[in-house]
Amino acid sequence: MTDPHVHPYIPNTAPEVRAEMLAAVGAASVDEFYADVPDGLRLGRALDLPEPFAAEQDLERHVSGLLARNVPTTERLSFLGQGTYQHAVPAVVDEVIGRSEFLTAYAGEPYEDHGRFQALFQYQSLMGELLSMDVVNVPTYDGFQATGTALAMAGRMTGRRRVLVASDVLPAKLSKVRDYVRVHLDLEPVVPVDGTADVAAVTERLGDDVAAVWVETPSRTGAIEHRLQALADAAHAAGAVLVVGTDPVGYGVLTPPAEQGADIVCGDIQSLGLHQWYGGAHAGFIAVHDDPRFVMEMPSRLFGLATTDVPGEVGFGDVAYDRTSFAHREEGKEWVGTAAALWGIAAGVHLALMGPQGMRDLGEVLLARTAYAQRALAAIPGIRLTDGAAHLREFAIDVAGAGLTANGIVDALRAEGIEPGVPAGEHELVVCVTEMTSQRDIDRLAAAITGLVAASAAESADTLDTVAIPEEHRA
Amino acid sequence: MSLPIAPKPAIRRFHQARWDEPVIFELSTPGERGVLVTPIEPGVRDAVGDVVADLPEGLARRTPPALPEMGQMRVLKHYLRLSQENLGADLNVDVGQGTCTMKYAPKVNERIITTPKLAAMHPLQDPADAQGALEIIWRTERMMAEISGMDEVSLHTQGGSAAIWANIAMIRAFHEANGEGEQRREVVTTIFSHPSNAAAAKAAGYDVITLHPDADGYPDLAALKRVLSSRTAAIMVTNPEDTGIYNPAIREWVDAAHGVGALASYDQANANGILGITRARDAGFDVCHFNVHKTFGTPHGSGGPGTGANAVSAALAPFLPGPRVVREGDRYSVREAGPLSIGAIGPFHGVVPNIVRAYAWIMALGADGLRAVAETAVLNNNYLMKRILEIPGASAPYATGRRRIEQVRYSWQELFEQTGVGSEEIGVRASDFGMHYWTSHHPYVVPQPFTLEPTESYSKAELDEYADVLAEIAREARETPEVVRTAPHNQTVHHTHHDDLDDPDRWAITWRAYRRKYPDAVGA
Amino acid sequence: MIGLIVNPVAGIGGPAGLAGSDGADVQRRAAERGARSRAAERAERALAVVAAGRPDEHVVTAAGPMGEDAVRSAGLRPIVVWHPRDPSSSSDTTDAARALADVGVELVLFAGGDGTARDVAAGLPEAAVALGIPAGVKMYSPVFAVGPGAAGALAAAWLDERGLPTAEREVLDVDEEQLRRARVEPRLHGTLRVPYRAGRTQARKAATPSDEQAAVRTAARGAASRLRPGVRYLLGPGGTMAEVARELGVEKTPLGVDVVLDGRVVVAGASERELLDEVANGPAQAVVSIIGGQGFLLGRGNQQLSARVVEAIGDDPVMVVAPEQKLIDLGGRPLLVDTGDAAVDARLTGFASVVTGPTTTSIYPVHAPENEGAVHAT
Repeated sequence: MTDPHVHPYIPNTAPEVRAEMLAAVGAASVDEFYADVPDGLRLGRALDLPEPFAAEQDLERHVSGLLARNVPTTERLSFLGQGTYQHAVPAVVDEVIGRSEFLTAYAGEPYEDHGRFQALFQYQSLMGELLSMDVVNVPTYDGFQATGTALAMAGRMTGRRRVLVASDVLPAKLSKVRDYVRVHLDLEPVVPVDGTADVAAVTERLGDDVAAVWVETPSRTGAIEHRLQALADAAHAAGAVLVVGTDPVGYGVLTPPAEQGADIVCGDIQSLGLHQWYGGAHAGFIAVHDDPRFVMEMPSRLFGLATTDVPGEVGFGDVAYDRTSFAHREEGKEWVGTAAALWGIAAGVHLALMGPQGMRDLGEVLLARTAYAQRALAAIPGIRLTDGAAHLREFAIDVAGAGLTANGIVDALRAEGIEPGVPAGEHELVVCVTEMTSQRDIDRLAAAITGLVAASAAESADTLDTVAIPEEHRA
Repeated sequence: MSLPIAPKPAIRRFHQARWDEPVIFELSTPGERGVLVTPIEPGVRDAVGDVVADLPEGLARRTPPALPEMGQMRVLKHYLRLSQENLGADLNVDVGQGTCTMKYAPKVNERIITTPKLAAMHPLQDPADAQGALEIIWRTERMMAEISGMDEVSLHTQGGSAAIWANIAMIRAFHEANGEGEQRREVVTTIFSHPSNAAAAKAAGYDVITLHPDADGYPDLAALKRVLSSRTAAIMVTNPEDTGIYNPAIREWVDAAHGVGALASYDQANANGILGITRARDAGFDVCHFNVHKTFGTPHGSGGPGTGANAVSAALAPFLPGPRVVREGDRYSVREAGPLSIGAIGPFHGVVPNIVRAYAWIMALGADGLRAVAETAVLNNNYLMKRILEIPGASAPYATGRRRIEQVRYSWQELFEQTGVGSEEIGVRASDFGMHYWTSHHPYVVPQPFTLEPTESYSKAELDEYADVLAEIAREARETPEVVRTAPHNQTVHHTHHDDLDDPDRWAITWRAYRRKYPDAVGA
Repeated sequence: MIGLIVNPVAGIGGPAGLAGSDGADVQRRAAERGARSRAAERAERALAVVAAGRPDEHVVTAAGPMGEDAVRSAGLRPIVVWHPRDPSSSSDTTDAARALADVGVELVLFAGGDGTARDVAAGLPEAAVALGIPAGVKMYSPVFAVGPGAAGALAAAWLDERGLPTAEREVLDVDEEQLRRARVEPRLHGTLRVPYRAGRTQARKAATPSDEQAAVRTAARGAASRLRPGVRYLLGPGGTMAEVARELGVEKTPLGVDVVLDGRVVVAGASERELLDEVANGPAQAVVSIIGGQGFLLGRGNQQLSARVVEAIGDDPVMVVAPEQKLIDLGGRPLLVDTGDAAVDARLTGFASVVTGPTTTSIYPVHAPENEGAVHAT
């Protein structure tokens, strides 16, 4: 140690302790431990990093100062969705996942980490009730990964390559899934009709080389698939697997896909008790029936109930752990690693708090607000809904008839403190409402857009600038 | 007895909380509510009518999900009790999860991120409203670039293995862009590199060639040269390897790979001991990744979310995942991924709360602090190694007698041969003392393994305590092996029977499956 | 119920420098040199672990030094079901094993070495479970616990948990006459079912036999996927090769070399002569796994694949197939070839590409001990 640097995070930087430890191991200096690092590879200078804030108060002031430049959705009126959603997060959820014992644990055994095993088993179980499925994994990274893995499972199980994509999928999600599975699977879009799957076209293209039919419900634009059973029947007749990507937030009122023939149900749990975190709080679930053919293809960990030496004690362990071990891995199989367990614990707490009635109430308020917002916006002259399907939380409007562009609306309304939605094409705007968006909020959005339409009618439309929107956020 | 209080015994008398809490479904009382949902306004209801009844046929759920019905405080109490039955890193001397770099996740970082200024940010908001988040992402990328020596960085991935996937996805895209995608079908790794390197390469469609160490326990350069060819897409190696041994010929490895047109990918999961000492780029690597949740002090979250930092040379920068944060003057904006990019690797910008935590962690330490982290982690490791090797029955195979970097893979083989007490049993017994280690090591190269990685976070006194506990258990293994074999004794639950977990007819992965399979069970 | 058989002369030859203990002559010479069997003492140490948890346990055994004495010394209660002849011989071990099985012993512990394992296997029915307490000179067979304490711990677990999972393991033995002349040729002599203890933590990445079987299957699948039409494959002996044959859907002689062409067995149990004839008929390749714990690819247990055969095959004469763990278990020691022809050996040394799965290989060093003047008869 050339330059003693006593730091509160590093107890053994105190010089006396350091000398004592070096003496104990018989080393003159820390340099001896790096004997295997050739001189030519040594950096030989200090890293060029900003001056640190040694005192905690200064650090907090610096970082909080940067964050203070953010203007969050609590200070704006947000109709943003497209993967991350603004939902109410019960205080108890944050309390539980903020506990040191959960926050800082990692990979202990079912003994010293009994609580983690139980909390995640309960997460699996609560999700299982919501989804009507007997097997749910410990969360993977996010809904994108969950879907990529679900399709890869279908590919391994069937030994086939083709996947029919029956729904409108978020472009970023499609990008990830395609790159993830492309060695093993070919994704073929089947263009939806009026917002939902074209069952006839899907059936037409099914064959004994199709591994899976992939349905997204709600779709990219929030459309709820209402012919899932027909899609399942067609897929099964061809020996294909029905993979349903979904957001579980609606299943207090909506029929879960498993009750309409889905074989693998997957998606993201951000809607279940996680803040938006600038898109940084996602976790993926994969649910299957209790069928070993499916279970043994799951790369994720699965916690199961077990007995102990003491009657009445609830024990836990890993189900079919050899399944995840490396000896079983062949081409195309995946891995287990650090993923998103804490978010799973959060979603479990959320579902326990909500209960059946809470999830029903939530689903109903989402459906009602969505329908209300659709009516409110579609009532504006020149604006129409892009499809006639039932929607949950999100829907798309076409603003071409009003002489507006989606980007134009966004720019104009941002000036009023409103994020009106996400442009998905020149004239398409995807609007999201949740239980956080009140009737008054929706009315305010409708009034603001009505004002724009009126202004556009009065003036020439080219006063509205457009700005580039990242490709992956577009249709 | 009266004062004074007697001295403490040499070994801590620990007992984990044992609340004997049922599975949450058994706590349900019909009609209770944990949280209420905002009501539908009369105006909305009047306008839209009965939305559930109006759903297309078959879409309305017939039977409600059988979630528990519980008052709010009972839910809280249940989960707080479970939390007490969990041994977080904040509570123990968490040096036993070697390779995982269990270090202190500073509390100030939790306070910093706990603000609507971060938690209530939507990723598609006007970048003008997200300048703080974008600047922190940008600054963190730049600091990771300096720490690795690389040119560009992505913080999109959510864990170490996800970052390894991003590495191989970029390598694949690079060769495809150069018209060599069909030709380069092989990835070379070493047996002591993290197995996710091989697993991700396989998932990406590559043939994987694994090299074994040479007679001295070091990665075998001759073997590497034997397998490199125009078919090689990349070498993917960890350094130091999971044994704590640094490959002194790493530059030659990279040069050999480059010599055949292959890329060199560096798994820096074990970077904690070399921060500020040596960098990926200095050894010539094209791509590397850090496990931010390991090396940069974000909490492990009971198994995630983590964060990976993928750092690349300029040649590979076009292949990084998107979207990218860019700085123009003093303003930050979001740019879509370019045409060569592997695209989205996950939603939006990655695990943003972790990125902010990591930023704060680096900003609390600076260059000197990072070097102090590395040097202290290495000092702690070599000190602990000395203490562990003093325990009869413990050994450190491979490169015997050499110093190690930040961790050591030890073996209880000798103790096992003498007593029949194995590493796994010792690990379980350790939990009785408020310590733990994991025995999860692939490949199973070292018999009866345990891997200790003391990081920089634990004091000498704590390392001594840890070694004392292992010495005590080794003594028990010889003198009272039954005590070890029947452990745990001071834990939330006792010896657990795992046979049911491997039988499809008997396993119960959810409560509903349990009730279905065991209809007569109490509480089911 | 557990049983115990002690081979009272096991290991007696080792300390006396006699490289094994087979044969009355060796045993007599060893006794003359003052050697004493370690088997009884090791059996006692194993049973002491059982006694610690179950002091009243009964152990079914053979009389006197063949088990009864060790059971008593460990403080347990013997039930004697076999009385050995005087002097006892290897057939007593086989007969005692049969007697233990007949009275319903579920786990037979035996203290000895490879020869003892071979004799025990000969006396037990197919489904019987046995576990070796290592006490011999030669212990190539993977049927032994790593030490007496470990054997005792497994036996105790067997009793506590009313049985344990088991796995089929090969019984190997070498001809000691050759061993004493510094040649090691382990041969397969059958199999035994051996108990193992599944982990009770999540960390069950430690190679379990079900892992092991899956790994062998994966390696075999890798070999099968690399076979090309029109090529004669000379499949060597051993469990991995048997799995390759299963993948191909052909019958395999367990100890012989079989020639497979386009998914059919052309010659079963081929001699060197027959192999040379087959190789002369067109392109060919030998497919071998690792024999025993020493890492031999050629020259031990598959001598039919001779130097002449290897030479006749020409380029790329050998495909090596093995699960990764088999390489790991070599503990860093190289793979070995000893065809008896220094030039052929030299061609095979360097690095072998070992097939571990359909898309995976490992690179591992190969040495020719004869060329180095060293004999790896550890």
